[in-house]
Amino acid sequence: MSNATPALQIDDLRKSFGKAEIIRGVNLTIGRGERHAVIGPNGAGKSTLFNLITGRFPSSGGKVRLHGNDLTGLAPFQINRMGLSRSFQITNIFPNMSVFENVRCSLLWSRGYKYSFWHIVSKSRELTEAADAVLEQINLTERRDLPAGMLSYAEQRALEIGITMAGGADVIMLDEPTAGMSHSETDYIMDLIRQVTENKTLIMVEHDMGVVFGLADYISVLVYGEIIATGRPEEVRANPKVQEAYLGAALEAEH
Amino acid sequence: MSDTASNNGTAQRGGSRLGAATPWIVSIVILAIIPFVFTSNSAITIMNQMAITIVFALAYNMLLGQGGMLSFGHAVYMGVGGFMCVHIMNYVEDYSLPLPLPVLPLFGGLFGLGLATIVGSFSTRKAGTVFAMISLGVGELIAACSVIIVAFFGGEEGVSGDRTYGLPFFGIEFLHQIEVYYLIAFWLLLSALLMFLYSRTPIGRMANAVRDNPERAEFLGYSARWVRFFSFCASGFFAGIAGGLFAINYEILTEENLNLVQSGSILLITFLGGVGYFFGPIIGAVVFTLLQTVLSLETELWQLYVGALFVATVMYFPGGLAGILMMHMPAIRMGKAGLLVMPYIKTVLPAIIGTLGLAALIETIFHIRHAATGDEEMTLFWTTFNSHSVLPWLVMILVTVTGYWLTRRNLPELRRAWHEANTIDGSPS
Amino acid sequence: MDLVLVNLIDGLVTGLLLFMLSAGLTLIFSMMGVLNFAHASFYMLGAYFAYQISTYMGFWMGLLIAPIIVGIAGAGIERYGLRKVHQYGHVPELIFTFGLALLIEEVVQFIWGKSQMPYEPPEILQFTLFSISGNAIPAYKVFMIFVSIAIFLALLYVLTRTRVGMVIQAALSYPKTVEALGHNVPLVFMGVFGVGTALAGLAGVIAGPVLGTFPGMAFLLGSIVFVTIVIGGLGSLWGALVASLLIGWITTFAASYNVAMADVLIALGFEQPVDLSESAWRDLWSLTLPQIGPILPYLLMVLILVFRPYGLFGKRDV
Repeated sequence: MSNATPALQIDDLRKSFGKAEIIRGVNLTIGRGERHAVIGPNGAGKSTLFNLITGRFPSSGGKVRLHGNDLTGLAPFQINRMGLSRSFQITNIFPNMSVFENVRCSLLWSRGYKYSFWHIVSKSRELTEAADAVLEQINLTERRDLPAGMLSYAEQRALEIGITMAGGADVIMLDEPTAGMSHSETDYIMDLIRQVTENKTLIMVEHDMGVVFGLADYISVLVYGEIIATGRPEEVRANPKVQEAYLGAALEAEH
Repeated sequence: MSDTASNNGTAQRGGSRLGAATPWIVSIVILAIIPFVFTSNSAITIMNQMAITIVFALAYNMLLGQGGMLSFGHAVYMGVGGFMCVHIMNYVEDYSLPLPLPVLPLFGGLFGLGLATIVGSFSTRKAGTVFAMISLGVGELIAACSVIIVAFFGGEEGVSGDRTYGLPFFGIEFLHQIEVYYLIAFWLLLSALLMFLYSRTPIGRMANAVRDNPERAEFLGYSARWVRFFSFCASGFFAGIAGGLFAINYEILTEENLNLVQSGSILLITFLGGVGYFFGPIIGAVVFTLLQTVLSLETELWQLYVGALFVATVMYFPGGLAGILMMHMPAIRMGKAGLLVMPYIKTVLPAIIGTLGLAALIETIFHIRHAATGDEEMTLFWTTFNSHSVLPWLVMILVTVTGYWLTRRNLPELRRAWHEANTIDGSPS
Repeated sequence: MDLVLVNLIDGLVTGLLLFMLSAGLTLIFSMMGVLNFAHASFYMLGAYFAYQISTYMGFWMGLLIAPIIVGIAGAGIERYGLRKVHQYGHVPELIFTFGLALLIEEVVQFIWGKSQMPYEPPEILQFTLFSISGNAIPAYKVFMIFVSIAIFLALLYVLTRTRVGMVIQAALSYPKTVEALGHNVPLVFMGVFGVGTALAGLAGVIAGPVLGTFPGMAFLLGSIVFVTIVIGGLGSLWGALVASLLIGWITTFAASYNVAMADVLIALGFEQPVDLSESAWRDLWSLTLPQIGPILPYLLMVLILVFRPYGLFGKRDV
């Protein structure tokens, strides 16, 4: 496959819950190595869009292609194996397992262990080293043997990002990675994201404009289930339609 | 503090080989010498039963503890493995096949695995309530079939065989209980080791992950359903081995090996022992077998006590006995477990005495209600008394109330000591 | 034709009895997410309490008081037992109710012993109301039908026409919202658990004299009640009704029509082996419908769960 194939291509994607149409025909192309942020007011359908792409919900129409391969009807685990990994808006880790174990579990499939019952995981130097390297990268080496549920909120978010990228997927989707964080924590996570998504395709939903403009190469604005603008940050910022719709809706939401 | 923690970590990683082997070596030694300590036939019978129950409970915990799947019909896999083994025993006898007895449990395991593969293919789609219900339905179905399919299950009287008719294995004919004991002990060690190692494999680790958070596991590339399916099959295999051991030990299997009572008691045993730790079910099986054999000799009401113990465990100690033991690990590691000894004596001892008093009251009431009319004499704790006279009642009530009152009074002290023992020295909290 | 009518009546009695149990169970499940394994144990308690009361004050007082006591006991168990276990999750809850079922059976044996209690229908109802070609239909059976239908109508009225019913229906779907509106959801839970167990107790009171009052009665009916609500669809009252009647009729009809498998097989063109005792298929040949009657509900449940996991009427996946 040539480099011209986009990492992710979404054509006329739709989703209705009952009569309510939440996603109304989204078209989006995300090239390889791009860092793409999806922004929009609350209830615009950003998380739903994520859930449709990753196979968490079935879509009502349209197509999603990952590296040119159609994802329609595939289960999350199948999509993950094709090289797409995601994090969640609400922290989604294995709280009873140790931090190290969390990371190691996320390595198993991509390292080819599959459903093996003839390997002992702790005997694999490769796995241990790789997991420790991830811990080093997300700065949680000190917390290695603690149950993940005992970490602070920011640490759990970092762990979540670690789990998401550990499997080596080349398309990473992050759903509000800095939600509910203080300033310093946000900076820490931002650095982390920049670091771990080097040479990867990043798609993120984010509310914090500082993070969005600091990280993203491209921005798409989703309003009421439709993308009203896509482009470079400065283009999007200057787009009057965005200013009106997004700021208008944001003001509405605040009232 | 963090320094010592990471040092401990490296030490554990470095010296893991010897450290990990220690419990197994100790187990081998204990299993080897225990028949010389308890030599009576009845003791060996109890130990055989215990060992079989341990294998079954460990297999069950692969589902409940490690996979988070609650089964109400797991006896079926042990039972079917056992029934098959009895049939194989009879075949070996009829056709003089060269099959040594010690490999028989393997066949039990394979048939348990086979059945689990069939049932698991549709029952493991969901965990939780659906799984529990399907397991109950399938369990009841097969148990009910045992009365209908007489050719295989033998109807009401079950099927029986004779282990001694097979080929002698290096001159051992398994005529004596002690020979059977060593055969069972060997299989116990082997299956326990395999089950332990299984929990350390990728699929075993993912079973835990799927138990805690099936959705996240799916987004890591694993199908939750397949992970559950493999756990289920492995559990069925080891349950079948337990069935094979049962067939060798008792030489008979009946409907009782399949029904809900049997499935329920393995749940009870496993939960009592503690589902959170690998060794939990072992403790559960040992304690339960002892309760069953020893307590049932002493009182007709043993099931009432076991039932009450079970409900109390679910309510107050969901980690089971293993959970209670492991709760003390931090204090022991800090070398402060000694602080707990006195408060424990002061609370647990009166609690035990109070409970014994309560049990005595219950026994006396039971005697009054159900003994033949005119039979007013009963014996309790080596004391014979008239259950209708006032004095014994007063004594029992006094003992019970005093016991529980003392426990209650000393409980705050235990709480303080507990807090103290679990607080790192020098830290303000 | 007459036999069909008799079976229809018998099946209706069984079905309605099942419904009284499954209605409470399905309500409890849909509100609290707990499958109460001990539900049939409350049915047993109802029978025993009613028997005990009837020895002092007669059948009718038992009918009145026993369900109330069972309901209070149920509410107490919810308040002091289940609510405590709730925090650990659904699987421990299920295990708790399972342990409770064991414990209640032991307690019943402790108090009343292992033998069957001489609990009888009231004398006033001990006569044959009418007979269908020689098959006597006792008045008590008709009385059971009327009680069950009255309970069903009362339940329907409460759930659809009263304020409490509205709160319950709302709490079924949106527990958090209802709580936010100022309703005491834990209290509603306790109430529903109490009423559900009281219904089970009532079923026990009226079934005890017919089906027998003995320590195994809960066990005998318990798993069938489960099967019923799973087939009907967890959380659906109509499903529970339909499934109860279905199972009532299936088991009654299967028990009374002696269809032999041998006849079916011969009709299908198979040849019966001369010496059955040597054939590996001998059980298949000697099989009769009454024999497999008791396992039909389980078979139905497994099939339903495999092909339609949310049951006949259920809307949500279990």
